[in-house]
Amino acid sequence: MKAHLTRRYRFSSSHRLHSAEMSAEENLATYGKCNNPHGHGHNYTLEVTVSGPVDPATGMVCNLVDLDGFVESEVLSRYDLQNLNTLQDFAQQVPTTENLSVEIYEILQRGFRKAHLERIRLEETMMNSFEYAGEKSETASTLKVVK
Amino acid sequence: MVYLTRKAEFSASHYYHNPAFTPEENLRIFGKCNNPNGHGHNYTLEVTVKGEVDPRSGFVVDLKQLKEIMHREVLDAMDHRFLNKEVPEFYTQIPTTENLSIAVWQRLESKLQQARLHRVRVYETPDLFVDFYGEE
Repeated sequence: MKAHLTRRYRFSSSHRLHSAEMSAEENLATYGKCNNPHGHGHNYTLEVTVSGPVDPATGMVCNLVDLDGFVESEVLSRYDLQNLNTLQDFAQQVPTTENLSVEIYEILQRGFRKAHLERIRLEETMMNSFEYAGEKSETASTLKVVK
Repeated sequence: MVYLTRKAEFSASHYYHNPAFTPEENLRIFGKCNNPNGHGHNYTLEVTVKGEVDPRSGFVVDLKQLKEIMHREVLDAMDHRFLNKEVPEFYTQIPTTENLSIAVWQRLESKLQQARLHRVRVYETPDLFVDFYGEE
């Protein structure tokens, strides 16, 4: 029987939203306070949902130790207490939470083999959240944004 | 189609152990959850049903009935219980959150009359939950 398991994680990062393709005025008009040159930070909450058959021997979709270990080493340690703009991931793209969601999904999709990745959901604040389930998903082919 | 979700809370203890595994395997796979004296959680249950809105009542489901069914079938059986020892499903299955969400689904599905069960979500902690949508 297939079940979906969701685990929540937290990390904190700073960023500045600024596009090299826009003029200073356009950047300010587009990003507002988020364009502050000195940056600002968020406490992000990440939800990772994986799915698969429940193993009759363990009662599990996947062992949480494996999921926690992967997310810690590949996602949290990469972004927690970092300035996102200084990372290679955002050398060519603006570190919006939309782009961060896609980056995190792709890290999990590439490397986590213990269960099927269904989607990720990223809360930038308690009022903003973003979901990404990959390009090929039938249920969520685009990023869902709740602001 | 409208979806309606009702929440409930219950507290229970459990431990994870497969008698087919050696003690070393049980400890390696289940870690601290293998403590035979058990440990407990405050579970939050979300039951989502779906259906058309009845034009006379304006309801998808009579919430009072849904609440009664959830209490009778799930909470009365599981609240303040040791799941491994007191809930028949877990005499043989390991009471993981995955199996708990399946057990709740199976207890509720046949008891609902007006609306169909869409999803059972069981939170073991605020940072861990399992969704079950029936046999897909």
